[in-house]
Amino acid sequence: MKQRSLFDVISPIMIGPSSSHTAGAVRLGLMAKNIYKEKPKKVTFRLYNSFAQTGKGHGTDKGLLAGLLGFNVDSEEIKNIYNSEKAKSIKYNYEFEQNIDKHPNAVDFILEGDINMTISGNSVGAGNIEIVKIDDFATKISGELNTLLLFYKDKPGMISQVSTLIQNENINIASLECDRNARGKTASMCICLDSKIPENIIENIQNIEDVYFVRNIKKLEA
Amino acid sequence: MEYSISTFEKLLQACSSENKKIYEIMQEKEAYDFEISVEEVRAKILKNINAMKEAIVSGLTSKEMSFSGLCGDDTNKLKEKYKKSPALFGNLFEKITTFALATIEENLRMNKIVACPTAGSCGIVPAVIIALAQEKDITEEDEINALITAGTIGYIISSKIAMAGAVAGCQAECGVASAMSAAAAVQLLGGSNEQIINGATLALKNILGLTCDPVGGLVEIPCVKRNAFLAVHAITATELVLANVESKIPPDEVIDAMVQTGQLMSPLLKETSMGGLATTKTGKAINKCLESKKQK
Ligand code: SF4
Repeated sequence: MKQRSLFDVISPIMIGPSSSHTAGAVRLGLMAKNIYKEKPKKVTFRLYNSFAQTGKGHGTDKGLLAGLLGFNVDSEEIKNIYNSEKAKSIKYNYEFEQNIDKHPNAVDFILEGDINMTISGNSVGAGNIEIVKIDDFATKISGELNTLLLFYKDKPGMISQVSTLIQNENINIASLECDRNARGKTASMCICLDSKIPENIIENIQNIEDVYFVRNIKKLEA
Repeated sequence: MEYSISTFEKLLQACSSENKKIYEIMQEKEAYDFEISVEEVRAKILKNINAMKEAIVSGLTSKEMSFSGLCGDDTNKLKEKYKKSPALFGNLFEKITTFALATIEENLRMNKIVACPTAGSCGIVPAVIIALAQEKDITEEDEINALITAGTIGYIISSKIAMAGAVAGCQAECGVASAMSAAAAVQLLGGSNEQIINGATLALKNILGLTCDPVGGLVEIPCVKRNAFLAVHAITATELVLANVESKIPPDEVIDAMVQTGQLMSPLLKETSMGGLATTKTGKAINKCLESKKQK
């Protein structure tokens, strides 16, 4: 569990009006940026439920875009994000949907570019967020810890190979979650870590046979 | 230092065994838990105070309306009124009410504020601390002590319940902010640790059951005006405890009552905008207007 802090109740310094609908939206955008890494050519934001219903009045639409463009929750750019130079450099549009199977404050980032990726996340309150799905894989990324994400061929021995590489560097694994889309096809691994991940580990993991995709996802700033 | 302060009882025990004020215990605990120095904790608090002050300054001069067009000009109205006829209750009252409105109006304009504990309740703590500090010539160090004291109250309450209207109604947002403010005010005015906690307790106890029923789902109606009301509410608690009036129900039990009240509260009154003010005839009409505005 996350260590509780005095600053849970004082801060963040943020652009209003809502910690879940504005600050949470920015943080979801930032996470999507950290996961996708490249600059997308085009993004569709699909907002669900309360995000779809009251999002406009809370600047959720602006927050998501601002985050994806790399602005933090206290950036004065958020309010006028549509006029910013950065926003003009990508294509974006919004869709609004109701879906009772989704969290009340849910969003999909449908990113197109050199690679296509769909990232789904929820704003779970007080500015906290979780990334729950990347393409077909369930994930559990809160942005509170550095996270290693990988997609690989579903076969025995992968988890131990990866965790050995991490342990060799003396890095503590806080949590590890796996998911797969069908037996023997592709699987995903989400590893939350207590410290920063050196680039050489990422390379070593990338070099394991049948690892398709590795991402070193930086934690969000408090 | 490593302190466990999950309840008010434990907090008071820690204070008396170390012979320290509440803010001292909290800043040492925060420093210990996050492996930083007390100075760093205080510097972070100061950063928040400065952001609070900036929000007040810009909120006091802006008349910009919110996206919905419903809110944004109340600070100005109140300022104009005070210019013509000063507040019945004096300068401090004027400052507290205008500072609270100024801050929460900055919030709905999508300008910068400090969530304290939440964005919807962001006007209450700054209004009380900064108005008092100005009126009583209080130093920056004392402002920091006051905000840490306020934060300690929120910290303890949040170990029992999430601070969100969706979880426990507005008692958990503006109610908690008012309790935090009372504690800060008692600290600023030289009250004892017991009085500080008592102030928070009285403020919270008298706001139990406050619902969250925002019109159109926006942090505007009733949130904006509520910030001014609950900032003043904290001052009532402050005056009472400085007169040694005590809450007959102990602080930790009041929190338990708050948690239970939150659980008993209908979901229709917990940020779903499906009851209360949101579904009044006018509330619904406003919502309809907003719907058509969104399409554009
Ligand atoms: S009424 Fe609801 S949205 Fe408004 S401040 Fe209170 S808890 Fe927040």
